[in-house]
Amino acid sequence: MGSGPTSPIREPLVKGHKTYHQITEDLCSPTERAPSRAWTLAFIVALSALTFGVICIIITIWVGIGTWRLNRTIGWGWDITNFVWWIGIGHAGTLISAILLLFRQKWRTGVNRAAEAMTIFAVICAALFPLIHVGRIWVVFYFFPYPNTRGPLWPNFNSPLLWDVFAISTYFTVSLLFWYTGLVPDFATVRDRAKGFRKRMYTFLAFGWTGAAKHWQRHESLSLVLAGLATPLVLSVHTIVSFDFATSVIPGWHTTIFPPYFVAGAIFSGFAMVQTLMIITRKVLNLQDYITLGHIESMNKVILVTGTIVGVAYLTELFIAWYSGYVYEQFAFFNRALGPYWWSYFGMMACNVLSPQLFWSKKIRRNVTMTFFMSIFVNIGMWFERFVIIATTLARDYLPSSWSFYVPSIVEIGIYVGTLGIFFTFYLIFVRVAPVVAIAEIKHILKAAGDQYAKPNAKTTLQQVESGNMELEAAGHGSHHGQDHH
Amino acid sequence: MKHGEKNIIFGLYDDEEDLKRAVIKANEDHLQIMDVFTPFPVHGLDPLLGLAESRLHIGGFVYGMLGTLTAFLGMTWIFTRDWPQIYGGKPYWPILSFVPITFELTVLFASIGMVTTFYVINGMGPGVKNTIIHPSISDDKFCIAFTTDGHELGHVDKLRHFFQHTGASLVETKTI
Repeated sequence: MGSGPTSPIREPLVKGHKTYHQITEDLCSPTERAPSRAWTLAFIVALSALTFGVICIIITIWVGIGTWRLNRTIGWGWDITNFVWWIGIGHAGTLISAILLLFRQKWRTGVNRAAEAMTIFAVICAALFPLIHVGRIWVVFYFFPYPNTRGPLWPNFNSPLLWDVFAISTYFTVSLLFWYTGLVPDFATVRDRAKGFRKRMYTFLAFGWTGAAKHWQRHESLSLVLAGLATPLVLSVHTIVSFDFATSVIPGWHTTIFPPYFVAGAIFSGFAMVQTLMIITRKVLNLQDYITLGHIESMNKVILVTGTIVGVAYLTELFIAWYSGYVYEQFAFFNRALGPYWWSYFGMMACNVLSPQLFWSKKIRRNVTMTFFMSIFVNIGMWFERFVIIATTLARDYLPSSWSFYVPSIVEIGIYVGTLGIFFTFYLIFVRVAPVVAIAEIKHILKAAGDQYAKPNAKTTLQQVESGNMELEAAGHGSHHGQDHH
Repeated sequence: MKHGEKNIIFGLYDDEEDLKRAVIKANEDHLQIMDVFTPFPVHGLDPLLGLAESRLHIGGFVYGMLGTLTAFLGMTWIFTRDWPQIYGGKPYWPILSFVPITFELTVLFASIGMVTTFYVINGMGPGVKNTIIHPSISDDKFCIAFTTDGHELGHVDKLRHFFQHTGASLVETKTI
């Protein structure tokens, strides 16, 4: 899928004149050397946050939801805010690995592995919140329809909350299968270099992969169909999450714009998180040749587009609230922007709508430091967005006597910090155990997108394009034509 | 030699284009290739090896349909036969409400079914140890392997000559 003719004016995706063996060396070595001090320090911090979170979760389960500051008016607070935030972050992984695969975007190969891992860890963090929020986690299996002795009592298939159960569990399972199947050939690469205990470990993880032609053929077929399945799946997941709100009768939630608006927001925040992680990862693991400025720029373009869609959605919401002539809807939006939580609305607007507009400038899109800070801004902004939608909307009930204000308790903050701990602990283990960049996929695109084969954008003249084409053909690339016929 | 083992001769090539040329040559010489092993999927190789297109996606469709039917018929049975209940004045059989779960189970069944089938037909799974012909295959070498059993005595020399002629960087015999 990655191979095939590439326009010589495309920017190379693999730099440093890599050979196949050099790619193996570069991408396997982080799993082979002893952890660096920076990694150890980060791991300790992440593990501490995780521990704090686990303690807070135990307190919640032991004492009850009363340890949170939810009240009769504001029944969803940080919990569901965090749930939606994490689920949204997960969406970039599937977008990169599935949708960009279908669109044949070769730059996905540099970041897909890490982004998919991020998806899985983010979904784990997300799923925690509804599980503990129901209050009685020990009977949480009641969610699932199975023949039981309670009547039998079935769940309500009309409820978007039940759809969510199916959506999230399917999403998690499919992402995990997709990710792991992609990892198997790379685990085999690590296995064939390893000795002793590591050899046994990677032999187990590699599932007996041999690299036979028929296996590769099936592997590609499987990846393509899984990508085809994951594409509508990823759109369905956040659509269903938005149904949790949109099918209610709460002013400010009961809108048809929610599904596309949520999906765009999810991709927006997910790409921001991918940027945060990849900018650190490429620096720490020296992967600048594989995760190039071109990759960062491509992701920034996605951030710009989705951020602008989100911005348009915010404005549309405001316009429709006014245009509807429905006083409750109008009040909900008036309250969001100018009510007691005005700061979160303005935080959201500044971080999500204004800040990504800087990415119209190519200079900023290709500036690593700027991108890093922007990615943090976007993540903060998207967290505020969910908080605005959930808590601030609920805070002003129909009856002014029920109006309320909500400040999270230390337990709620702790669980949020804990999920960040879970996420980063898993991610740090992942970068130690698995190749962060998909080895086989990079080798696959090398001859189409390696810098010794593809010409850099800036220096290309028509003459160079022509001579470049001849060089490519001389290097045996004329045979790429018509390859996709089989 | 234990029962079920076979003798093979294999050659490693440094580049996928060399490999493809060698496979074409083997076809011309009517040499029966046992298998080809590569570090990544080499496009254009399957027709040369005479490999038919994978039918895995047909399996995926069947599993998906199974998911669709399980979800839709399951919910229909529960809401119309086993425990009919009125939710908010909606009909007993709210088809539109069934769409999301039906979709999710279609995807879930298709994915789990296809992935399981993939591992089973490849003879792969957690902890499975298949013979690795050469450790460099998962790194940067492209391998063609022939069985040498059941051939006349000069066959191995003929294959060695083939490898030499097609530019293999390493030729070895092995019992697997």
